[in-house]
Amino acid sequence: MGFKRYVEIGRVALINYGKEYGKLVVIVDVVDQNRALVDSPDMVRSQINFKRLTLTDIKIEINRVPKKKTLIEAMEKADVKGKWENSSWGRKLIVKERRAALTDFDRFKLMLAKIKRGGLVRQELSKLKKETAA
Amino acid sequence: MIEGLFVGLLIGSICVFSFLFVQYHQYQVVGRALPTESDGHPKIYRMKLWNTNEVRAKSKFWYFLRKLKKVKKSNGQILAINEIFEKNPTKINNYGIWLRYQSRTGYHNMYKEFRDTTLNGAVEQMYSEMASRHRVRSPCIQIIKTATIPAKLCKRESTKQFHNSKIKFPLVFKKVRPPTRKLKTTYKASRPNLFV
Repeated sequence: MGFKRYVEIGRVALINYGKEYGKLVVIVDVVDQNRALVDSPDMVRSQINFKRLTLTDIKIEINRVPKKKTLIEAMEKADVKGKWENSSWGRKLIVKERRAALTDFDRFKLMLAKIKRGGLVRQELSKLKKETAA
Repeated sequence: MIEGLFVGLLIGSICVFSFLFVQYHQYQVVGRALPTESDGHPKIYRMKLWNTNEVRAKSKFWYFLRKLKKVKKSNGQILAINEIFEKNPTKINNYGIWLRYQSRTGYHNMYKEFRDTTLNGAVEQMYSEMASRHRVRSPCIQIIKTATIPAKLCKRESTKQFHNSKIKFPLVFKKVRPPTRKLKTTYKASRPNLFV
């Protein structure tokens, strides 16, 4: 039982409340006990309360308060985007987004696909049942 | 031409209703007494103030000027009021604020330090802290001076503890809350996981 995710310079975090909800940001400096200065390639550097952040496992190597260009390079080097999208947490979020963006036609196609999959599974199951019965 | 410059005098002002909504702005107010037959060109005074809006800032300007010179709003005029904005709100600074406040038993001076990205943010923190720690409301606080303090000269341990380029600490308690107020419900299906 110990803490594995620390607030430190270079820690990648997810914003879980507010206007910037769902964005991945990097903690670039700590203002005080409750706030951090965060930065991200597509936003102006700003301060945010820790209550609005969820820390991730990803950490990049940067100095305190780097220039925007240095930050982007460090993020590329550590492949933050790739690591995030391959992590189970990141994948789940992507699936959520996709599901929320389905149109009615997509949901119809999804329904057909589920029915087909269910049918195949039941076929295999009945085959197995016959073998064990026989 | 500004002849009398009260650079060192700064003022804070009226009530803080709610920390979330009150935003302190910094204003520069320039004013003088109205010209009379005896004095055609009265001295012009400039002051830097913190307040929530311009109207209150002008009022506080007269409050201070009355204490220093024989001039009132009725026989004076405000020549200019401009808002002063933070030059670089992406940089964290250590702000030292010198203030004079009225407690239940008398006037005292105080020096407080705050870490923030903007001076207005630090001033707002100061008002909040004075209200909570000393029960001093904002009309009873006068800001004497504010300054950006380099890290070496900070006096308070609570600001110095963040002067660490390899700062690292865990978040000990995770507040579980829905991402928007709309999704808030009274009852939940399962107990929350509060670990980090």
